[in-house]
Amino acid sequence: MSARDNILRRLRAAPQGEAPLAPDVPAFYAAVNASAPPSTRASRIELFCEKMAFWRGEVVRVRRANWPQELRQICVEKGVRSLLHGEASVHAEALKAAGIAGLKPYDRPLGEWKKELFEDTDAGFTSTRGGIAETGTLIVWPDASEPRLMSLVPPIHFALLDADQLHDTLFDAMHAQRWSDGMPTNALLVSGPSKTADIQVTLAYGAHGPKELVVLLLVNEEEMQ
Amino acid sequence: MNSQPLDFVPASEFKQRAADAVADDHLRKSFRGAMDFLIGKRAAQFPDAAALESQRSLAEHIRKYSLARLPELLEQLERKLTDNGVQVHWAETGEEACAIIVGIAQRHSTKLMVKGKSMVSEEVELNHAMADAGIDALESDMGEYIVQLDGEKPSHIIMPAIHKTKQQIARLFADKVPGAGYTESVDELIGIGRAVLREKFMSAEVGLSGVNFAVAETGTLCLVENEGNGRMCTTVPEVHIAITGIEKVVDKLDHVPPLFGLLTRSATGQAITTYFNMISGPRKPGEKDGPGEMHLVLVDNGRTQAYSDEQLRSTLQCIRCGACMNHCPVYTRIGGHAYGTTYPGPIGEIISPHMLGLNATHVLPTASSLCGACGEVCPVRIPIPELLVRLREEAQHDARPGHAPLRGQGAAKSRLVDAVWSGWAALYTRPALYRAFGWLATRFRALTPPMQGGWTVSRTPMKPAARTLHELMAARRKR
Amino acid sequence: MNTTGSRHYPDKPAKVYLFGTCLIDMFCPEAGMNAVHLLEREGIEVLFPADQTCCGQPAHSSGFPEQARAVALAQLQLFPEPWPVIVPSGSCAGTMRHHYPEMFADDARLHAQASALAERVFELSEFLVQVARVSLTDRGGPARVALHTSCAARREMGTHEHGRELLAQLAAVEVVIHEHESECCGFGGTFSLKHPAISSAMAGDKVDALKETGAETFLSADCGCMLSLNHTLQKRRDGFQGQHLATFLWQRTGGEGGQR
Repeated sequence: MSARDNILRRLRAAPQGEAPLAPDVPAFYAAVNASAPPSTRASRIELFCEKMAFWRGEVVRVRRANWPQELRQICVEKGVRSLLHGEASVHAEALKAAGIAGLKPYDRPLGEWKKELFEDTDAGFTSTRGGIAETGTLIVWPDASEPRLMSLVPPIHFALLDADQLHDTLFDAMHAQRWSDGMPTNALLVSGPSKTADIQVTLAYGAHGPKELVVLLLVNEEEMQ
Repeated sequence: MNSQPLDFVPASEFKQRAADAVADDHLRKSFRGAMDFLIGKRAAQFPDAAALESQRSLAEHIRKYSLARLPELLEQLERKLTDNGVQVHWAETGEEACAIIVGIAQRHSTKLMVKGKSMVSEEVELNHAMADAGIDALESDMGEYIVQLDGEKPSHIIMPAIHKTKQQIARLFADKVPGAGYTESVDELIGIGRAVLREKFMSAEVGLSGVNFAVAETGTLCLVENEGNGRMCTTVPEVHIAITGIEKVVDKLDHVPPLFGLLTRSATGQAITTYFNMISGPRKPGEKDGPGEMHLVLVDNGRTQAYSDEQLRSTLQCIRCGACMNHCPVYTRIGGHAYGTTYPGPIGEIISPHMLGLNATHVLPTASSLCGACGEVCPVRIPIPELLVRLREEAQHDARPGHAPLRGQGAAKSRLVDAVWSGWAALYTRPALYRAFGWLATRFRALTPPMQGGWTVSRTPMKPAARTLHELMAARRKR
Repeated sequence: MNTTGSRHYPDKPAKVYLFGTCLIDMFCPEAGMNAVHLLEREGIEVLFPADQTCCGQPAHSSGFPEQARAVALAQLQLFPEPWPVIVPSGSCAGTMRHHYPEMFADDARLHAQASALAERVFELSEFLVQVARVSLTDRGGPARVALHTSCAARREMGTHEHGRELLAQLAAVEVVIHEHESECCGFGGTFSLKHPAISSAMAGDKVDALKETGAETFLSADCGCMLSLNHTLQKRRDGFQGQHLATFLWQRTGGEGGQR
């Protein structure tokens, strides 16, 4: 008998009372939503910005027409000398066109340039799959074009978020985006820069990951404030 | 890096450790302060009591439902993960789990394994096994790194170094980290840890992590963290090994948000952690990073024993938030190390007996005043006080009829204690005898013994009143 | 635990039973007598079954269910009429209300009996507020008191607010809140004997917190907590002492200082 067989046998031998019904999680969230005023695009944007700021994430509202120029400006202000971006990402051309200095595509397997990535890359730029207003959270699904470490290793993470893709809750986002149909090898929720409170419960940022998170929030002209 | 004492002190030394701990003013103050902080943070997350109760009901339901279907969910998880390219291993004991992990590491000629936070790896004493195999197992969670560097064990499951002051950590880093100067700035101390560990992430061949939720539906392992070291460990090294208890599986992805939301709010009073890392497999062709090889080790280590009893099974509902210890007046007084087990506090008192046997742990379930604070805050409504009482019973008796004996069943059996309780029952079931006893005790109250065991350590002796309530009431009736 | 849902309360009855508890019987009978006085003043006749002993809690919480059940069984028959059973202790009331039905789960007849009894069990302050609906008139001078709400009253019976409500009726009494008010006093029955170091530390912190409020006395609706804290203070040769809530209420409202 293998360990697997033994474990499963013991579990199956255990007494089972009446089997509980499957929990109705959608009904729970429907009830929660029904008890609160309905969210609007404006309320989601406002809540997302408030929560992200609470996590020390910087939110910059940008226009569809010129966000790469905005990003260039921020890079200059922050003294970013090298900006990692997705090699085949839809935004690669826009970044180049904006004339951002030190653009660096993630175009090789990690093993070929690990040291450079860790020690000589100031910032990473990724797209996002959406955001969660309730908690001020980015949904990041790394893929072949935008690998996992882009949002982790460089000291600054820039993330582009379309306000159209803001959801009220994690549950809403999972359903709207049909996650259960198939998950990628790695999917992430990111709420602010890396942090720790392990020394005397004192909060410190940049524990192992980015010290700064800058969200470029794509909004309509009238939402620019 | 292998300097830490790799075994816990036996739980049988609990009383002495506890006495030492309560006598340590500094420790008392630091735990009290930290626990108050966490209690306050949690409370702020749950302003609406009714809403909290409905969340707890749902979370409890999800966990009970998952456990009711545990064997099939584990098989489904295994199937899904295997389809996704993950190798799934099963371990009945801690030693088996360690052997599996050491084996994988040796196949890759590993010299260094970096570890994300995993209480199960502590539970199975993985670092010990790795050291025996000549492999460095380096903790990378800041708190875990600090305690490992100082040759200690975590004192809290969420805040491993909560017993240490920044001055102690400053001294530790200055002494043990090459090139580090003495600084009491928390930012600088974290910077030192960051620099050391980034080097290690780059050079480690294997990364190890725990699992917070394993989703059977999609074959997804979910990891909750703030620091990013978990992401490093699961992404940078070529091999990722995840280790988890068999109870962590849930059926649907849908079941994750309610548990995740309660976990972080209960643990540290955060609405969400910085990272929620969902891993469903090794990198696919074309992906440029992420491990090329991925393993999951499913550990029993006594969990099937808890599972075999319908009441004790609720122990396995635990999502390891640590709220029970944060709110426990005993834990707050003695800290995590006194327990001598991987999991301290109330959850440790009810789960350790299954992992280590009642022989070694029977004192732990008695280390509670049954105040109920743990049960009150448990996000998945584990009836911890009831389980403590149940384990007290199992430690002092043979197994109930029709129940398989627990490991170490009856370890605390004592003829003397049995006789005391039998005598107690004989007295309190015989009203005339009881009244006669009351009459004698009040008449001879001057003879009350001045030393009354544990009671008089810090209290004056109990002394009967001049007359019992029975007598006073009887006298009124006669008037 | 955590069974503190809202409870249906009956109208004020003509009679009640008093379950005095073993601790009050032997160590603070005046608290029991003062409970009787408070009830009688509301025009309620108090029946005190002479064969009562202990609710069985000590054995139950120590892991001796058989002995607990035997003692509980001896109480089960003592309250035959449908009158409420008043218990001047949160933890004993909690045992009777919540654990009696479990203790007899395997015997349909006894389980029904235990459940019926459990339904009629009220902690004293709960009964005074919710059923007797007392209206107290304070006859004492200005006083500052702290209230220790016992764990069982708070978490098992949900009656910790009732003590506060009763005290709020006393015009000249100021109730001060102490640090970590909801925390256990360290008594825990046999816990205080088995783990004296931890129990002492908890009791020590509790009396410090109570004293720091500047209160003249502290009150508790649980005799166990009160005794544990009073004996701790006596060992410190500290004159600060607590009283049972029933005693304090009776004294403040015209009683004669309680019977001894």
